Amino acid sequence: MKWRELGLLAVVIVLCVACTMKDRNFIDPHNIDSILLWMPLLLTAAIGQFPVIVIRGIDISIGSIIGLSAIAVGVLLKSHPDLGVPMLFAIGATIGLILGILNGALITYAKIPAVVTTIGTLTLFRGLTYMVCGGDQIDASLVPDRLTVLAHSGITVREVTVSWLLIFALLLGIITALLARFSQFFGNVFAYGSNPSAAYLRGISPNKVQMACYALSGLTGGIAGVMFLSRFGNASPASAGSGFELLVIASVAIGGVKITGGSGSTLGVVLGCALLAVINVALVVLKVPADYQTLVYGLTILIALLIDALSRGVKKQGAAA
Amino acid sequence: MKRPEWIPAILSIAVFALFWYLSKDFRDIPYLISNTTILAETGLMAIGMTLIIIAGNIDLSVGSILVLTACLMPKLAGHASAPVAILIAVLLGAVMGGINGIIITKAKLPSFLVTLATMAIYRGIAKAMLQADSAEVAPNVKGLDRLSLLGMPYPLVIFLVFALVIGLVLHRKVLGRWLFGIGTNSEAARYAGFPVDRATITAFAVSGALIGIAAFCMDSRLGVARPDMAPGIELQAITIVVAGGTAISGGKGTMVGTLLSWLLMYFVTTGMGVMNIKAEYQLTIIGLILIVSVFGQQVATSIASHRLPKPTKLSTKP
Repeated sequence: MKWRELGLLAVVIVLCVACTMKDRNFIDPHNIDSILLWMPLLLTAAIGQFPVIVIRGIDISIGSIIGLSAIAVGVLLKSHPDLGVPMLFAIGATIGLILGILNGALITYAKIPAVVTTIGTLTLFRGLTYMVCGGDQIDASLVPDRLTVLAHSGITVREVTVSWLLIFALLLGIITALLARFSQFFGNVFAYGSNPSAAYLRGISPNKVQMACYALSGLTGGIAGVMFLSRFGNASPASAGSGFELLVIASVAIGGVKITGGSGSTLGVVLGCALLAVINVALVVLKVPADYQTLVYGLTILIALLIDALSRGVKKQGAAA
Repeated sequence: MKRPEWIPAILSIAVFALFWYLSKDFRDIPYLISNTTILAETGLMAIGMTLIIIAGNIDLSVGSILVLTACLMPKLAGHASAPVAILIAVLLGAVMGGINGIIITKAKLPSFLVTLATMAIYRGIAKAMLQADSAEVAPNVKGLDRLSLLGMPYPLVIFLVFALVIGLVLHRKVLGRWLFGIGTNSEAARYAGFPVDRATITAFAVSGALIGIAAFCMDSRLGVARPDMAPGIELQAITIVVAGGTAISGGKGTMVGTLLSWLLMYFVTTGMGVMNIKAEYQLTIIGLILIVSVFGQQVATSIASHRLPKPTKLSTKP
C-alpha cells in the first residue's frame, strides 16, 4: 500500500460515510448490492486497460469491443441456445482478443498512433456490431438463466451478495496483481512504459510489448461483453458498452496509473473502480439526475490527471532541493 | 511524397465521378452546392484542428465544445441581435478551447487525455444544464443557411473565408512557423526561443473560436439546440485533417490539404446520403477512411525514407 492507494481508500470511505449521513439508506444491503453489481464489468475492462496506459497508450475502442462481444455472443445464442457458460465466456474472450490484436497490429506495425487507431476502431467495431445483428436487439428471452444468474447470486454474507461475476473479476485482479509483481511480461511492460528506448536497448521488443498489451485489453473487453449480457440480460447494438471507455479510462487514471508511463498498481485500479462505483450509486441515492453522470466522470478523470501532474511537480522540486 | 494534397484531390474527383455514375440524385449541381451548409460547420472545426495537429496535439473535445456553445448561446444571447450572438458564441468557444490549451501546457499533460476528460465535461455540462430539454434559438438569428452570397450558401462562404485567412496565418505568419516548429520538436522549439506554451494555447483558443462560429451556424440552421446533437463529429473533423496529409505526429501539413480533404469528405457523405446508407454505417466508413489515410501516410513516408538520394558525381578533376 502506498500513499496513493491509502488516499483512494480514504476517499471511498469518506464518500460512503458522507452519503450515509445524508441518507441512512445508503448502507442498506440492497444498495450495497447495487454498488457491488456495478463493479465487475468495469473492473474486468480496467484490468486490460491498465498495462495499455502503463505503456503510454490508450484504448478508446473498449466500449465498442464490449458491445460487439455482447451482441455477437447473443446472436450465437440464437442459433445455439444450449452453449455452456464457460464456452460463452471463451467465445466472448476470443472475439475480444481478435479485435485487440487488430488494434495492436494497426498501432505496432502500421505505426498509427493509439488515439487515432482506437478512435477509428471505436466506430468501426460499432458498425460491425450493427452488421452482426442486423440492427436487432438481443432480447432477454435469448439470454439463458444460467448466464444471468451469475450476476444475481453468489456468496451471501449478512444479506449482502457478492456476485459470481464480481468474484471472477476480483480473481482476474489478483492474477494480474501477481503477474504484475512476478512475471517477466509485466516487467517488460513497466520497463517499456518508463523509457521505451532504454527498454529497447535492454533487448525488450517494443512490438511484442505493445501488441500484447492491446491484445490483452481486447481480451478483457470481450470477457466484459459477456458479463454485460449476464448483468443486464439484454443488449442493443446502439447502447451496449457505448460510452464505457470513459469509465474505464477514468478508473485507471484515478487508480494512480501514471499517464507518463511506467508505474501503477493493480490495487489502485481496483480501488479506482470501487470509487467510481460508489460515486455512481451515490448520485442515485443523493437524487442527482442521471444527466449529471457524464459531467461527473469527466471531472473525475481531469482531477485524477491534475493530481498526477501536481505530484510530479512536487517531486521535481523535491529533487532539486 | 512531397505533396500529399494530391491524394485527396484525386480521390475527390474519383468519388465524385463514382457517385455521379451510381446515383441520379447526385447529378444535381444546385443541390450539391446548397447541401454544403452542414459540412461547412465541420469544415470550420477542421481548420482549427489543422493548427492543433500541426503543433503535435489533438483535440477530442471539439464536438463537445460545439454542442455546449450551441446550447449556451441561445440562453445567453436571448433575443439579442445576430452580431452579439456571434460574438458570444466565439467567446464561449475560445474560452473552452483556451482552457484545454492551458491545462495541456501548464500541467504538462498529454492532449488526448485532457481533451478526453473535457470532452465528457463540456458535453456533461450541456446535458446537466438542459437535461431532456432543448434550447430554443431566437427567430432573428435563424435561417443563415438559406441566405446566399455569389450563389453559395453563407456557411460555405464563411468556411472558405476562414480557411483562407487561417491558411495565410499558418503558412505566412510567425504563429504558423512556431506551430510547425513545436510540432516537429517541441524541446528544440523551446530552446530556439519559441513561445511554445503561448502558441499552443493560441492554437487551441483559435480552434475554439472557429467552433463557436460553427455552433452559431448550426443553431441558425436547426433553430434549436440539444445536448445529444452531432455525435461523432470530432471523428469527422480529425479525419478531414489527417486525410488532407497533415501528419498526426505533428510538424507537417497544409491548409490546402485540409480544404481538398473537406471536399472529399463532402462528396463521400453526400454520396452516402443520396444512396440511403444508414447513419451508423456512415460513421463506420469515416472511421475506416481515418485509419486507411493515416496508414497510407505511414507507408508513403517509409517508402520515401528508404529511397536513397541519387549519388552525386564526384569530380575527378583536380
